[in-house]
Amino acid sequence: MIHFVLLISRQGKVRLTKWYSPYSQKERSKVIRELSGTILSRGPKLCNFVEWRGFKVVYKRYASLYFCMCINQEDNELEVLEIIHHYVEILDRYFGSVCELDLIFNFHKAYYILDEVLIAGELQESSKKTVARLVATQDSLVEAAKEEANSISNIIAQATK
Amino acid sequence: MNPFSSGTRLRDMIRAIRACKTAAEERAVVRKECASIRAAVSDNENDYRHRNLAKLMFIHMLGYPTHFGQMECLKLIAAPGFPEKRIGYLGLMLLLDERQEVLMLVTNSLKQDLNHTNQYIVGLALCALGNISSAEMARDLAPEVERLLQFRDPNVRKKAALCSIRIIKKVPDLAENFVNPVASLLKEKHHGVLLTAIQLCADLCMISEEALEYFRKKCTEGLVKVLKDAVNSPYAPEYDISGISDPFLQIRLLRILRILGHGDADASDLMNDILAQVATKTESNKNAGNAILYECVETIMSIEDSGGLRVLAINILGRFLSNRDNNIRYVALNMLMKAISIDGQAVQRHRATILECVKDSDASIRKRALELVSLLVNESNVKPLTKELIDYLEVSDNDFKGDLTVKICSIVEKLSPEKIWYIDQMLKVLCEAGNYVKDEVWHALIVVITNASNLHGYTVRALYRAIQTSGDQEAVVRVAIWCIGEYGDLLVNNIGMLDLEEPMTVTENDVVDAIEVASKRHASDLTTRSMCLVALLKLSSRFPSCSQRIKDIVTQFKGSHLLELQQRSLEFDSIIEKHQNLRSALVERMPVLDEATYSGRRAGSLPAVASTSQGNPLQLPNGVPKTVDAPLLDLLDLSADEPAPPTSSSANFLQDLLGDDILSSSSQSGRIQTQKSGTDVLLDLLSTGSPPAQNGSFTADILSISEDNNNKTTVNALNGLSSPVVTSAQRSHTSPVMDLLDGFGPNPTLPNNGPTFPPLVAFENSSLSLIFKFSKQPGSPQITQIEASFTNKSSEVYTDFIFQAAVPKFLQLHLEPASSNTLPGNGNGSITQKLRVTNNQHGKKSLVMRIRISYKLNNKDMLEEGQISNFPRDL
Repeated sequence: MIHFVLLISRQGKVRLTKWYSPYSQKERSKVIRELSGTILSRGPKLCNFVEWRGFKVVYKRYASLYFCMCINQEDNELEVLEIIHHYVEILDRYFGSVCELDLIFNFHKAYYILDEVLIAGELQESSKKTVARLVATQDSLVEAAKEEANSISNIIAQATK
Repeated sequence: MNPFSSGTRLRDMIRAIRACKTAAEERAVVRKECASIRAAVSDNENDYRHRNLAKLMFIHMLGYPTHFGQMECLKLIAAPGFPEKRIGYLGLMLLLDERQEVLMLVTNSLKQDLNHTNQYIVGLALCALGNISSAEMARDLAPEVERLLQFRDPNVRKKAALCSIRIIKKVPDLAENFVNPVASLLKEKHHGVLLTAIQLCADLCMISEEALEYFRKKCTEGLVKVLKDAVNSPYAPEYDISGISDPFLQIRLLRILRILGHGDADASDLMNDILAQVATKTESNKNAGNAILYECVETIMSIEDSGGLRVLAINILGRFLSNRDNNIRYVALNMLMKAISIDGQAVQRHRATILECVKDSDASIRKRALELVSLLVNESNVKPLTKELIDYLEVSDNDFKGDLTVKICSIVEKLSPEKIWYIDQMLKVLCEAGNYVKDEVWHALIVVITNASNLHGYTVRALYRAIQTSGDQEAVVRVAIWCIGEYGDLLVNNIGMLDLEEPMTVTENDVVDAIEVASKRHASDLTTRSMCLVALLKLSSRFPSCSQRIKDIVTQFKGSHLLELQQRSLEFDSIIEKHQNLRSALVERMPVLDEATYSGRRAGSLPAVASTSQGNPLQLPNGVPKTVDAPLLDLLDLSADEPAPPTSSSANFLQDLLGDDILSSSSQSGRIQTQKSGTDVLLDLLSTGSPPAQNGSFTADILSISEDNNNKTTVNALNGLSSPVVTSAQRSHTSPVMDLLDGFGPNPTLPNNGPTFPPLVAFENSSLSLIFKFSKQPGSPQITQIEASFTNKSSEVYTDFIFQAAVPKFLQLHLEPASSNTLPGNGNGSITQKLRVTNNQHGKKSLVMRIRISYKLNNKDMLEEGQISNFPRDL
C-alpha cells in the first residue's frame, strides 16, 4: 500500500501531497521536512529507495521534480517505480510535455489525474489511455457546465438590459 | 458568473506568491489572501466559492493553516453541479483527514452522490470515500459501495473495489459481505477491474481466514489462467510497458498466487508451470521486467516447496546481485534476506558479492548488505567476515560508522570463538570508531577482560599501545584507563607475555603520564576523568615510587568545578596521604566480574544490583541495619560509574569501593568498625558533602582531619604501620580527633590462637573514649572476653566513674570490677574493666549492647549513654 505521495521540487518546495494514511498536520510537515532532507541530498547514481521509519520511500527524479511514494517494507519497490513512471507519463500526455510550472499553476489537475491512478493507496488503472479519457470527459463536463452558466448569465444579462 | 471562466485570480495569487523574495513577503501575501477568503466565507458568498477553495488548497500546500475552509468543501459537495462537487471533494481530501469531526457531516452528501445518476459524480464520491473514510463512514456507506461493485460501467466498479479495501481495513467485520462480489469480479476481462479486484481479494485474504480458503478453492485455477493469458497475450499498446504486457497486472497476479499458494501444496502445484514460465521468459533488461521477476522470486520462495523452482529463483537473485543497476542490487539484497532461511548455502555462495555491497557508495545498499551479512555470519566464517568489516570500518563514511560498529560488535559478542580474538577485535573497533561504540559494548568488553585472567597482561599492554595511537576515541581511552588501573603492574613488568607479543619497555612514569594525559585531555568527559582518578588511586598503591606524583595529579582536581571530580579528588587525596595501611586493601584488584550477571542485567532480567552486594545490608550509623534502598552502585556495576547526581550515588560508590574490597576480601577487619556516635567510618569518608551532625562534639569529618592532622601525618603514617593499637592510644592523648581508619590496621597484640578481632571504638566524644578489645578462648566460640578501656582526654579528673552495660536476652553479660573509679585527665592513664559476653545464638546474631557511663566532673553528675551495634560479626 502507498501511504503517501509527495512531489518535491529540487529546492525543497512541495508541489503535491496526497495522504492515504492518517497523518496529522504537524506530522505531515515533519515528514516532508525529513524526507526532502534525505532525498534531495542523495547523489544521482544511487538507488531510488530510502529506508525511513520502518517504511520505504521510493523516489524518482524527473527534471527538477522528485516524485516520492512511501510504501511498506514488504512491497515491491520496482513496481512502485513503474507506478511513478506511469503517473508521470499520464501527466506528460495530459499537459503535453509537462514541466514544473504546469504542475504549479494547474496543481488541481495533477490531483484529479492522481485520483484516477490511485485510490486508497492502490493502483486503480494500468491503461494510460483510459485515465486520459476519464480525465478528459470530466474536464469536458466542467466546460459544459461553464458554458451553460455563461449562456444563462448572458440571457439574464440580455433580459435585464 | 463562473469563477473558473477567468481563472486569473488563482493564477494571480500563485504568481504573487512565486514572486516573493523572502518568507516574510510570502507570509504577507498569504495573510492578505486568507483574510479575503475568510471574509467571503463569512459572507457566505457563492460565486467565488470554488475559486477560493482552490486558492486555499494552494495555501495549504505551502504549509499554512486552512481549517476555516473545511466547511466550504462541504458546501461545494452539497452543490448540485459536477464542477462544484469535483473541487469540493478534492478540497475535502486535501484539507481534512479521517480524524476530523467535520468529516461526519459529509456522510449524507456522500450517500446521495453514491446513488447519483451521473457516473462521474459516483466516481468522485467513491474516490473521496476510499481515500479518507473513517470507520463510522465505512460502516454507514458499505452497502452502497457493495452495490456499486456490480455497476454497469467498469470504471465505477474498479473504484468501488478499491473503496472496499479501505472499508474492510477500517471495519474488518464487513469483509464477508465482499467475498462473493469479488469472486465474480475476478472473472472479468477489464484490466482496471481485474487489478483492483485482485488487490481487494488479497486484502480480504489477509483479514479473513475463511475468505482465503474460499478463494483458494474457487479462484486459484482461474487466476493461474488469467496470468497465463496475461503473459502470453499478444502485443497490446494500451497496456504495454517496454515490451511487457501490463506488468502491473502480472505483479498483482503473482502476489495473489503467493497468498493462495502459501502453505497449501495443491494450490502451489497448480501454479508451478506458470511460475517457471514467468521466471524463465521474462525479459530482465528493463525495470518493468525486473519488477515481475522480483515478485515471481518472492512467490516461488513463499509457496510450497518445489526444488527446481527455487534453484531458478536463487539464480535470478544471483543475476540481480551482479547487476550494475543499484535498484536491482538493492532488491536482490532484500530478497536474499528472505532466501537465507530457505537455502542458506546458496546465499553463502554470494558472500563475497554481498561484502562488496557493504562497501557500496549508496547508503541504502550498504544498510541492506550489512543486515544481510549479519545474518550470514556463523562460527565457520566469523573470522574472515569480521576482518573484512573491520578493515572497511577504517575507510567508511562517518555517518555509516555508527551502524557498522553496532553490527560488528554484536557479531563479535555473539560468535567469538575465543577470548583473545574477542579482545583483539574489540580493540580494533574501539581504536577505529570508539566514539560510535555504545556504553554496553565497552562495559561488556571489560567484563570479558576480567574473566580472561591469562590475558590481563597482554590486554593492558595492547590497550596502552592503543591509547598512544587512538587517544581521541573516548571508549578506548576508558577501557584502557580501567585496565591500567587494575593491571598497571602487569604492564610495567611485562608479566604474562604471550609468544606473539613484542616486548616493550614502559616505566611507571610513562603509565602515569598516559593517565594524566587522558585526564587532562580537553575532550574527556566526566566519566573518563572520574575513571582516571580511580585508576590513579589504584596506581598509587601499585607504583609506590610514583605515589607523590599521583597525589599531585589528584590534588589538581580539588579545584574542579565538577562536584564529582572535586569530591573524588578530595577523598582519594586523603586516602593516599593518610591511610597507607588501608590503601592497599582498598585498591585491591577487582574480583572477577560475573559474565552471567552482566549479560543478564544487560538483557534486563536482573535488577541493577551487583551480585556481590545483593542481600548484604550495610551497617549504617548507630548500627541500625538497613537494607540500602537505592541499588548499590559499585565498581562492578560499570554502568553506575557514569557521573552520578550528587551525594547519594557518589556515596554509594565509595561505600562499595570500601565495602567490596574490605568487607569481603579482608576478613581480618571483618565488619567495619564504628564509634559510639555511630558514625560509620565509611560515612565519615563520605560525609564531606554533609557534615556529620549526629554528635556535635565529634569532628571526624575527613576535611577537618586533613587539616588538623597535617602536622602529624608523618608520625601517623610511621606509627600506623608498626603498631596501630599503641598509636591510637598515644594519639588519643594528643589529638582531639581520632583517626577513624586506624581500626583497620593489623592488631599484633592479640594472641594468635583462635580468631582475632580488631578493637572497637565503642564510644567517643570530645573528652571521653571507650575502646573494646576482644578475645576468645579456643573451643568456646560463644564466649567473648572484652577488655574495655576508658580514656579521658579533657584536663579535668573524672570521679565516681561507673560503667554499666545491658544486653538483649540471647546474650549473657558478666561484668568484672573496674580497675579504678577515678579517671585522670589529659589521657594520663585509663580505667580498664573486663566483660564476658556469652552469645547463645552464636553465628546467627551479632552482639549488641547498650551502655551507660556516669561520672562526676567537678562534683557535677555527668551521664553518657549509647548503643553499640557494630560489633565484629562472629562474636
